[in-house]
Amino acid sequence: MKQMLNVALPKGRLGEKVYDMFEKAGFPCPSIKEDNRRLIFENEELGLRFFWAKPSDVPIYVERGVADIGVAGKDILLEYLPDVYELLDLNLGKCRMAVAAPKDFRDDPRHTLRVATKFSRIAKNYYDAQGRDIDIIHLNGSIEIAPIIGLSDVIVDIVETGTTLKENNLEVFATVVPISARLIANKAGFKFKNETIEKIVRGIAAQVEMRK
Amino acid sequence: MSTAQNILQGDERAALALRALYRDHGYTQYKMNKFEEYDLYVRNKDFLISDNVITFTDTSGKLLALKPDVTLSIVKNSGCESGVEKVYYQENVYRVSGRTHAFREIMQVGLECIGDIDDYCLFEVLTLAAKSLAAISKDAVLDVSHLGIVSAVLDGLGIGDTARGELLGRIGEKNLHELTAIATANGVTPEGLAALTALVTSYGKPCEVLSVLVPLIKDFVPEKMLTSFSTLLTALEKSPAGDLVRLDFSVVGDIGYYNGLVFKGFVAGVPEGLLSGGEYNGLMRKMGKSQNAIGFAVYLDALERLLDNGSEYDVDTVVLYDSAADLSLLSEAIESLTAAGQTVAARRALPEKLRYQRLLKFDSKEGKLLEANA
Repeated sequence: MKQMLNVALPKGRLGEKVYDMFEKAGFPCPSIKEDNRRLIFENEELGLRFFWAKPSDVPIYVERGVADIGVAGKDILLEYLPDVYELLDLNLGKCRMAVAAPKDFRDDPRHTLRVATKFSRIAKNYYDAQGRDIDIIHLNGSIEIAPIIGLSDVIVDIVETGTTLKENNLEVFATVVPISARLIANKAGFKFKNETIEKIVRGIAAQVEMRK
Repeated sequence: MSTAQNILQGDERAALALRALYRDHGYTQYKMNKFEEYDLYVRNKDFLISDNVITFTDTSGKLLALKPDVTLSIVKNSGCESGVEKVYYQENVYRVSGRTHAFREIMQVGLECIGDIDDYCLFEVLTLAAKSLAAISKDAVLDVSHLGIVSAVLDGLGIGDTARGELLGRIGEKNLHELTAIATANGVTPEGLAALTALVTSYGKPCEVLSVLVPLIKDFVPEKMLTSFSTLLTALEKSPAGDLVRLDFSVVGDIGYYNGLVFKGFVAGVPEGLLSGGEYNGLMRKMGKSQNAIGFAVYLDALERLLDNGSEYDVDTVVLYDSAADLSLLSEAIESLTAAGQTVAARRALPEKLRYQRLLKFDSKEGKLLEANA
């Protein structure tokens, strides 16, 4: 039986764009474009198996080896620090992790800074590097309301266009780190399916270069 | 496989094979206490895979720990000032698993070679690491790196400690895009960037990789270090388990503890490295020892699923009996089956989920076994 290469793609528009890059690189799986609710698709001839996963779960599939490669946002990689290889920056899904606060916010270093975020590790590392004492308030969504209703002083969150911030009278005070989609690989999978993975990396890297 | 071997779990069989391998090469078994003074781990926290240690207070008031690591204890007790001490061990360690974030008991088999380490000692330990993997699976890889070479390239870039640490992290991730960005931001020369790129992208059989790699890094690395590394890898590649060896500088460790060779082993079907080792002269100095040392550990917990016997059945034969059965006759009937090499489960009722090949019924009147469906 042909050895299968398992690829975890993030569900949604980003995943669809990434799949197109695989196709252009010579690793297609036409059934993925069929209009249905299936989550796993195979191209037996090429020994490829794609599956759609929740974007934040992709690194888990890859770290645990059920996916040999996958695509995940740098935000997720920095937050969960999976033990994987980061082989390519796909330059897709570009945004930034930023500190935002109400327009009239002024950081008072005499007080512990209250930071609401979904990305506790990223926020902690950012403020640790500045030696700033913070109180992290971990939230799972609607982070923007935290400073408005007095739960926190600032938020650390992903900013794409800034529209949501603007509509909630918040503005960006600092960029923590730029974010984009990355191609990641399981460390053991990289050894045993090296030739195919290297071919995919070369094929996708060429497209990333052309888009620059 | 003998019946006795069959009874063993996959990880137990692997442990036996590895212990025999190390003993055959003149390593003696090192048996240790499960507990160690907590202080040892506080002083060498960075050497541990996980910071968390299970502690308790001894009856004498001393703070003790359930061992999270074996090497530190062996180094602490190593005494030979001349010659070489070669030991192997099989111990359980207790530490937080990176994946589950909870304490786990992990069976670990490994060896340490401490003292006047020469090139043959390094070769022998690497060979035994490769043979250990080969004993576990035909489909295995031993990635070998050299922290001295990586350090020499980083030293030659003329960058600060922070950038150096960041670059080392990116080398470990094979993350060329961020490595390039950090190097460029820190004013690394094109030659420096070419050497860094070579470290990140080089992967494969040592002889093939070295021929491409050496010209790109030779201006940064002392010739003697590069030559002895090349000689060692060439010899290793020619050795019986040499097919498994790959050169991969993404294998990195704490430079404060590890100094030269570092290596990691993988087998197909296990998503993480299951063998890890290296030269840890830095740890020896930190612990006030003048000798050098190299060793490795094999984490057998990762093999639980891989080496499962995978038998289709829980038992060969189920014998159903009733309360009227004569004990001696029933026992004799069962003994006759086990003597014929079958595994037998004697039950009054058939368990719902038991997987069996054959179902027999003990006829109490006749005092013999009958096919259940007969």
